[in-house]
Amino acid sequence: MDSLASDPVNQCTATSFEMDSQRTQYPYVTGTSVIGVKYEDGILMAADTGASYGSTLRYKSVERIKPVGKHSLLGASGEISDFQEILRYLDELILYDNMWDDGNSLGPKEVHSYLNRVMYNRRNKFNPLWNSLVLGGVKNGKKYLGMVSMIGVHFEDNHVATGFGNHLARPILRDEWREDMTFEEAVKLLEKCMLVLLYRDRSAINKLQIAKITEEGVTIMPPYALKTFWGFSAFENPTKGAEGSW
Amino acid sequence: MFRNQYDTDVTTWSPAGRLFQVEYAMEAVKQGSAAIGLRSSKHVVLASVNKAASELSSHQRKIFKVDDHVGIAIAGLTADGRVLSRYLRSECINHTFVYESPLPVSRLVVQLADKAQVCTQRSWKRPYGVGLLVAGLDELGAHLYYNCPSGNYFEYQAFAIGSRSQAAKTYLERKFETFNDSSREELIKHGLLAVKETLQGEKLTSSICTVAIVGVDEPFHKLDLGTVQELIDVLEAEEAGTSEPQREGDQSAMQEDSPDVAPMDI
Repeated sequence: MDSLASDPVNQCTATSFEMDSQRTQYPYVTGTSVIGVKYEDGILMAADTGASYGSTLRYKSVERIKPVGKHSLLGASGEISDFQEILRYLDELILYDNMWDDGNSLGPKEVHSYLNRVMYNRRNKFNPLWNSLVLGGVKNGKKYLGMVSMIGVHFEDNHVATGFGNHLARPILRDEWREDMTFEEAVKLLEKCMLVLLYRDRSAINKLQIAKITEEGVTIMPPYALKTFWGFSAFENPTKGAEGSW
Repeated sequence: MFRNQYDTDVTTWSPAGRLFQVEYAMEAVKQGSAAIGLRSSKHVVLASVNKAASELSSHQRKIFKVDDHVGIAIAGLTADGRVLSRYLRSECINHTFVYESPLPVSRLVVQLADKAQVCTQRSWKRPYGVGLLVAGLDELGAHLYYNCPSGNYFEYQAFAIGSRSQAAKTYLERKFETFNDSSREELIKHGLLAVKETLQGEKLTSSICTVAIVGVDEPFHKLDLGTVQELIDVLEAEEAGTSEPQREGDQSAMQEDSPDVAPMDI
């Protein structure tokens, strides 16, 4: 795409989809990692409330975890406006689902599959929704946690993380996660992950939100900050060990 | 030339508030050979009577699998039934594609009914001349629906459509209260006995009927001829053993003589 955009000759002869506005095809305002885990009663999700304009930390209170219908919770990293568009799709989906008024409702598995169809379809139009999505929920006593990427890769797992979280949080989760964690244990684990991300991911901010979904429903907790400690010797002189780098 | 002046197209009302073309389409359902459906809390059984159009031809298919969790039995114009079964199949497969989960039966039935309803309100269309028994299983349990050409649909514990279905309905009305807790085998047995009622003396054999079932842990499928024949043989052996208490049968014969308006008739 980049090479196309910077090549005026190619742009003139481009086919219709390539002539569509190119500015929508790259992210502008982005959120960073989302983490999701299963615990004894359901699913817990964590994300900070920051949104970056390029590399500038531009917005401080953008909620990136939202409920979808009665049984699902959606967390998003990536382009914020695309996430808002996805939420509009889902609002419509849930509305029409409720309008049947027949006692059936879409569960997390169905919403996950629907999102995957949307993401993959947009990717095939070379106009992806620039997000990594975490979809969790509980329906009929079954916990569900999955991910969808901007190109339509999707999977289920006991714990998931997007973006930097994939590199920094998941190794911790692999070591410490258990299926029968209590709420308190799971929150502690998420906070540990979020703290590591705060230290090492430049886009992360110290204002995070945790949301849970159980058989009883969705609870999205108000944002709060973690207690940090910056006195580690490695933080005081970060280039000390990297001889000759700069 | 015409039976009356209000029946030349579907959209014309009679002064009495009737749509004759729609009613004629409902009659087409009664012409077809019988189809029967009954359900317990975990299974739905469909059974149909197979009639060949001529000595030289085979019979037409009356039971269609729509998806793993849904199947239909039809009575009336088979050609219309086939078109509708294709529609149902595509609705199910599209739902599975998008949501990776089976389409709830109640929704499928509403979509089918809406499709039939459109035909009763367009001057350039004709209603489907087919009645469908839709059997299916979803999150909410086992379901049996009847969809008719008028665009109406009803949920049943047990129902019969097609020619001489009244006899089967009478049988089902007498027994349906036990169906909800019935085992799979009992349900099939009742289905076969209901089919037998519609035959009016003709011998019940596996070649004259098709039986299909859908239920918990059992995707929709037709029972093969051998299985059906075995069940029929067991039934006949049972009947031969208990030929004494014929009293109950006498009562039902009285009911069958009554005019062809069952409380369930639509």
